[in-house]
Amino acid sequence: MRSANEQNPPVAIFVTNAVVAYREDVALRGVSLAVPRGEWLGILGPNGAGKTTLLTVVNGLGRLLRGRACVLGRDISRGCPAALRRRIGYVPQGLRIDPRMPISVRDVVRLGACGRVGLLRRPRPADERLVDFWIERVGLGALAGRPIGHLSGGEQQRAALARALVQEPEILLLDEPTTGLDRVSREEILELIRSAHRERGMTTLMVTHAHRKAAALCDRVVLMKEGRLWAEGPAAALLREEVLDRLYGAEGDGG
Amino acid sequence: MDLSLWGYEFMRNAVLAGAFGGAACAAVGVLVVTMQLSFLGVAIAHAAFAGALCATILGASPLLGSLGFSLAAVAAVGPLADRGEFGPDTPIGIVFSLTLGLAFLFMGLLPGPRAEALDLLWGSILTVSRAEVALLAGMALAVALLVILFFKEIQAVIFHRELARAVGMPAQAIHYGLLIAVGLVITVSLPSIGGLLVFTLVLNPAAAAYQLTYSLKRMFLLAAVFGVASTWAGLLGSSLLRLPSGATIVLVSTAIFIAAAAFSPKRRVKKR
Repeated sequence: MRSANEQNPPVAIFVTNAVVAYREDVALRGVSLAVPRGEWLGILGPNGAGKTTLLTVVNGLGRLLRGRACVLGRDISRGCPAALRRRIGYVPQGLRIDPRMPISVRDVVRLGACGRVGLLRRPRPADERLVDFWIERVGLGALAGRPIGHLSGGEQQRAALARALVQEPEILLLDEPTTGLDRVSREEILELIRSAHRERGMTTLMVTHAHRKAAALCDRVVLMKEGRLWAEGPAAALLREEVLDRLYGAEGDGG
Repeated sequence: MDLSLWGYEFMRNAVLAGAFGGAACAAVGVLVVTMQLSFLGVAIAHAAFAGALCATILGASPLLGSLGFSLAAVAAVGPLADRGEFGPDTPIGIVFSLTLGLAFLFMGLLPGPRAEALDLLWGSILTVSRAEVALLAGMALAVALLVILFFKEIQAVIFHRELARAVGMPAQAIHYGLLIAVGLVITVSLPSIGGLLVFTLVLNPAAAAYQLTYSLKRMFLLAAVFGVASTWAGLLGSSLLRLPSGATIVLVSTAIFIAAAAFSPKRRVKKR
């Protein structure tokens, strides 16, 4: 944390001693983290480590019980205003979507622009062009008019990514964006995230349960376990067999 | 075909009330069906009924009583369902049984004959006054404006409330706004159309439309058309065959739903 400040890039996310609990279950037990602007941070750890909760602290969907969170220069410890949430893209872990849902892929991607457009206004032509651009870019051009519930898990994941990018976010939060994808799709999605991250100069937080290849793309990784930060450092130093074996337990499901 | 009844004002009022009430109820029906809160309509209708009875006993305006009770029902169901301790069915069921109990209690306390109270429950579309038609027309217009002006917000909240919040939309406010709109439409329709019929017109046309389209816009339009068609065909059928109007409307709207379900392209969709 101190090293991030010493290097002196502006800090996009600053979390101090965050405690989050869902009734009696404590999900985060005093996590502190600073993420400089423009960094791609990988978050790894076994189930129940608090990875998803950490993401929701950043976009204000999760409520802090104790501690502080500052995002893009604003203290959001007591709630994240809508204006700030518009600047944070979020791709949650695979949503269950009713196949009968009367909403198309294009509608879902356009949702990314809706916060920015605001109440009582229609998306402008520029917003529609952005929607088209990202639909094409994630490879869903031919499926844009299809009901969102008819897409495969991987295609829905692409649509979710396009929606988050239509938001033109400064911070992108990705919760296991490659889960359930085949190898080719996984690499395509990761390449897409990488190029978007670079082009837009975003700060990207990517939770990945056990995908070492994905984490290796990150500038830095943090390892979490049982609601705490277990280790942090450059991917090359931490993504070693013996470290992951200890993180995930002896069976070593870290590959 | 005997259409001489059209010459009577009560029939013209019923036709207009059916059109405005049918379209507005069907439009809020799209909200409850897509938000998977179908039973909310029944709970609100009973709350409004209990509220009207309570107000009658106290000598106040039944409409205000209905309004108070149905908004209280919405206020109780929303947060209970939001807390995530149970699915929305459970709090709706609790509110439904409470309001049903209160309705019986107030019926018991009501002095004099209970015909007026039963009118509220079973409906009296053939006795709608001009003022009531005007109120229903205003309500239908308000619902149409709500859907047109807030379409993208409605779509977002239906798709996923948390995501709508994450992109920076006031998703909670929209969600509660929509629940309140459902409550208001049911409450305003209740005295003219009746509790049973209101619930039918909220659920059946929207459920039929849901079977037929993957576009939310078309779903609103189809539901409104089915709502109006149910009431008009029901009124026509009841006058030709000398059947009770409310019951005939219920049967017609159910027939439309069954036909929609039979021809639904969604029947071929497997649950993933």
